[in-house]
Amino acid sequence: MLSSVQNPRILLLHCRRSKPLHHHYHHHHYAKSIHATPLARPISASLPTSQIQTIQKSILSREKTTRQFAEEFLNRLRLTEPHVKSFLHVSETVLNEADEIDRKINRNEDVGLLAGVLVAVKDNICTADMPSTAGSKILENYRPAFDATAVKKLKESGAIIVGKTNLDEFGMGSTTEGSAYQVTANPWNLECVPGGSSGGSAAAVSARQCVVSLGSDTGGSVRQPASFCGVVGLKPTYGRVSRYGLVAYASSLDVIGCFGSSVADAGLLLQSICGHDKLDATSSKREVNDFTSQFISKDYFESQPLKGLRVGVISETLGDGVDQEVVSSIRGAISHLEELGCSVTEVSLPSFSLGLPAYYVLASSESSSNLSRYDGVRYGNQIVSDELSSLYGGSRANGFGPEVKRRILMGTYAHSAGYYDAYYKRAQQVRTVVQKSFKAALDSHDILISPAAPSAAYKIGEKKNDPLAMYAGDIMTVNVNLAGLPALVLPCGFVKDGTASLPVGFQMIGAAFDEEKLLRVGHIFEQTLQGYSFIPPLIADEFKS
Amino acid sequence: MALTLFRGIQTRPLLPYSSAFSARKHVIFCSMQSTQAETSMKTKQQAPSNFTETARAKAVEKVLKDYEAIIGIETHVQLSTTTKAFCSCAYKYGSQPNSCVCPVCMGLPGALPVLNSKVIKCAVMLGLALNCKLSMTSKFDRKQYFYPDLPKGYQISQFDIPIATNGFIDVDLPLEFGGGHRRFGITRVHMEEDAGKLLHTGNGSYSQVDLNRAGVPLLEIVSEPDMRTGIEAAEYAAELQRVVRYLGVSNGNMQEGSLRCDVNVSIRPIGQEQFGTKVEIKNLNSFSAMSRAIDFEIARQAELYNQGKDDEVVQETRLWEEGSQKTVTMRKKEGLADYRYFPEPDLPEVILTEEYVNDIRDSLPELPEMKRRRYEEMGLTMQDVLFLANDVQVAEFFDATIAKVSDIKLAANWIMGDIAAYMKNEKLSINEIKLSPEELSELIASIKSGTISGKIGKEILLELMKKGGTVKGLIEEKDLVQIVDPAEIEKIIDKVIANNPKQLEQYRGGKTKLQGFFAGQVMKESKGKANPGLVNKILLEKLNA
Repeated sequence: MLSSVQNPRILLLHCRRSKPLHHHYHHHHYAKSIHATPLARPISASLPTSQIQTIQKSILSREKTTRQFAEEFLNRLRLTEPHVKSFLHVSETVLNEADEIDRKINRNEDVGLLAGVLVAVKDNICTADMPSTAGSKILENYRPAFDATAVKKLKESGAIIVGKTNLDEFGMGSTTEGSAYQVTANPWNLECVPGGSSGGSAAAVSARQCVVSLGSDTGGSVRQPASFCGVVGLKPTYGRVSRYGLVAYASSLDVIGCFGSSVADAGLLLQSICGHDKLDATSSKREVNDFTSQFISKDYFESQPLKGLRVGVISETLGDGVDQEVVSSIRGAISHLEELGCSVTEVSLPSFSLGLPAYYVLASSESSSNLSRYDGVRYGNQIVSDELSSLYGGSRANGFGPEVKRRILMGTYAHSAGYYDAYYKRAQQVRTVVQKSFKAALDSHDILISPAAPSAAYKIGEKKNDPLAMYAGDIMTVNVNLAGLPALVLPCGFVKDGTASLPVGFQMIGAAFDEEKLLRVGHIFEQTLQGYSFIPPLIADEFKS
Repeated sequence: MALTLFRGIQTRPLLPYSSAFSARKHVIFCSMQSTQAETSMKTKQQAPSNFTETARAKAVEKVLKDYEAIIGIETHVQLSTTTKAFCSCAYKYGSQPNSCVCPVCMGLPGALPVLNSKVIKCAVMLGLALNCKLSMTSKFDRKQYFYPDLPKGYQISQFDIPIATNGFIDVDLPLEFGGGHRRFGITRVHMEEDAGKLLHTGNGSYSQVDLNRAGVPLLEIVSEPDMRTGIEAAEYAAELQRVVRYLGVSNGNMQEGSLRCDVNVSIRPIGQEQFGTKVEIKNLNSFSAMSRAIDFEIARQAELYNQGKDDEVVQETRLWEEGSQKTVTMRKKEGLADYRYFPEPDLPEVILTEEYVNDIRDSLPELPEMKRRRYEEMGLTMQDVLFLANDVQVAEFFDATIAKVSDIKLAANWIMGDIAAYMKNEKLSINEIKLSPEELSELIASIKSGTISGKIGKEILLELMKKGGTVKGLIEEKDLVQIVDPAEIEKIIDKVIANNPKQLEQYRGGKTKLQGFFAGQVMKESKGKANPGLVNKILLEKLNA
């Protein structure tokens, strides 16, 4: 535990009007900080700042209007979108919603934790007033009848949904090239993939087209693109966020995750969407902690603010097959953690390499079942046929892309009679082993560390025709989904990319439902990491101070 | 719907092959029927033709001396919970198509099932009532197949761990079939959801899907192959219907499809252990149809075996055709269907606690078998026992009546006689007539005490059933108290004798039969109120004076 956090704690949420302060004895410190530090610029080229906090402060103090913030983001979106192509749909009501928030502020009404915050939502998360295609032709023009619980909660917090982001069809892929609609580019290098499957959401935050975004993570779909795009990606514990309204890929692994340009933003976004939902029987009833109220401002950091934190580096993740520059970046991050006071040791997870095949068996099996509903009978594209089986066959053959078909076939095979024991059942046994080995490692360590991906972003098209190579790229992340644990990916360095460079992220894995610790450590790491700026060159001019 | 309370007293129609069961000709088929069922049964009686009967009679009779039938039944019981199994939709039979639906039961993308806890309660109740072993930990599985009435492409069901297993049900066969007690094994009871319905258009150019029924909770009850005749099978199903109605978990209505039976029939030479090839029969809309279909099928199979056409008895699904009173091939089994069952990842395991089960066990009502044994011990004949225990409402009415009346047989006779006849004529259930059990006890007591005559009693009963009110009130209102004062009766007799001098002369001249005439006149004069015994006694004295 973080025993060293005894300095004045600055409550990032002090501007929340709807809630009184939790720790009123800190009140004078918080007041002092407001006067002592001038309001930060919305986007700082130096250390990451909470944009959510900045927006909240500015609009509540009436320094800036919500509309001004919204216009700033929309303008950037307009400029960058032709290059990045992160959105499948952009809302036309953003400015109207911003005006409505400004009116509320003028009437001194409650506006919520995420008031005026532009949130992009991955297109496999249902939104009642926008199309939700999951990146598939089979759901072309499909408009859900309801908002996903996470979206509903965002709206209740005052967030403005700026649009729906691109993804690999149904979340199946690691490059976002698997979208039936468009290929999204990495804002750091437009010839590179943004990662996937939540590539659109990661790229949108990276290019500052929105403040934060929602993704989904079944085998690494939030964490790997976060690493590729140089943003913060948070995969919560399975069950922490309701899956209601998330178009199912693999139900026992799927979780909605958060992207932000700072740890605080990812944490604040999680705060507003998590908690038990009676519409999702797998959502946890555990109490939700305040993830960010324990954050301390860097002005109050001790020399070793993470003293005593036991960090385990998963030894299997820094060996063969991992890009040497990525390994160096992770080593750099480890040194930084040590400087912050962590005691870092290597820890071995012998089952680590088994996770990948087990994941692909289980995820494919569940997906083959979850995607059965796309039969063209009730919604989606239906082909004309006078015979039932060709209606099914034709609608699905037309509607699904090659990667989705591949996984449906693999999954159907893996739990067919006669193969169930050899594949599905065996994979479940591996899953249990993986869970146990993580449990053991986390009993002796506070957090575990690994790269988020074995490489930085690669070129568009590079792995398109080599599914196995693409699958292998998920080695760092799938085990965490099998174990259901929370993980946070933070940008920590760069690899050379010709004359330029591409960001690299490292992954911190925590015990189940201990997102709070990951966010706290991540926040301190981020606030003390000197000499890096994770703003992509595409928009860097705008942020040169 | 108005249910009659009778054990549907219907002459059983002759089967084409029924000579083998000649002992059962013109027997009474006993089971609880709705009024609709009775109507359909009446029309059925004309349907069967028996022109082939004589020709085949002897052969079939001989066949059944050599063969034994093995019958197993799969029953689906629709639970009458307020809402569906996995969503909050209310289901009402006969509603406008697709008016009882929501994103969950329509299988929309992103929608998730949440188990209705009432379904578990019903399953535990039925499991206990069927003397089953309960699985304290069970789970749901997905049964996967494509059909337009199955919105998700899979049915949520229970596969390898059903909630209840290894039970039995006790049945008393109707006396018309020779009576006798039987115990049939129950293999398993499991929970699942119903599918929607396809509505085919007249010209067959298209079909429509009605999803109202999709997601309605079902309990599937699988019997051991313990039944040997159509009657045993029909009585098994009738007892199951009684049990679910006694428990209140289902209305058990076959016509609405709330209770559906699929029957497996095979035959084997007597003495052979190995089972013969089994045939499944569907479309059994009444117990009577079930009994007839099975007997038809036994005879059909036996005839094929006898003619050496063993290979024509194939594993198939046959449809019972009411019009021709035959089973016809619906589909041959093309190998074993692979439903690719796997655990439903959207639902947590179902865990029962001892306390929960005990609470339900303690609150179980008296079940039909217990009622029948109790009535038997009270000294009622089996005919009476079967009648009274057949319908839970009648049984409850009877129990409430005898709580205040010592003459149990008299109470039974009133219910089975005048009350049953009235309900049948008016097509009312015992809860729909205006008579209360308390008033029936009062009526019986008033007759026993001599306050009113039996004849007046019948009149009052009719009034009570039609309009309600109290026995005391009616007696007073209509001045119906029996005249038991000999002096008063003497006065009336004197008057009658005086008014009929001619008849008196004839009587005294030897025509003593005229006593009846005088008695009738006296009753008429007293408006039926004179005590008949006293009238006869005093009249004789006077006439012979």
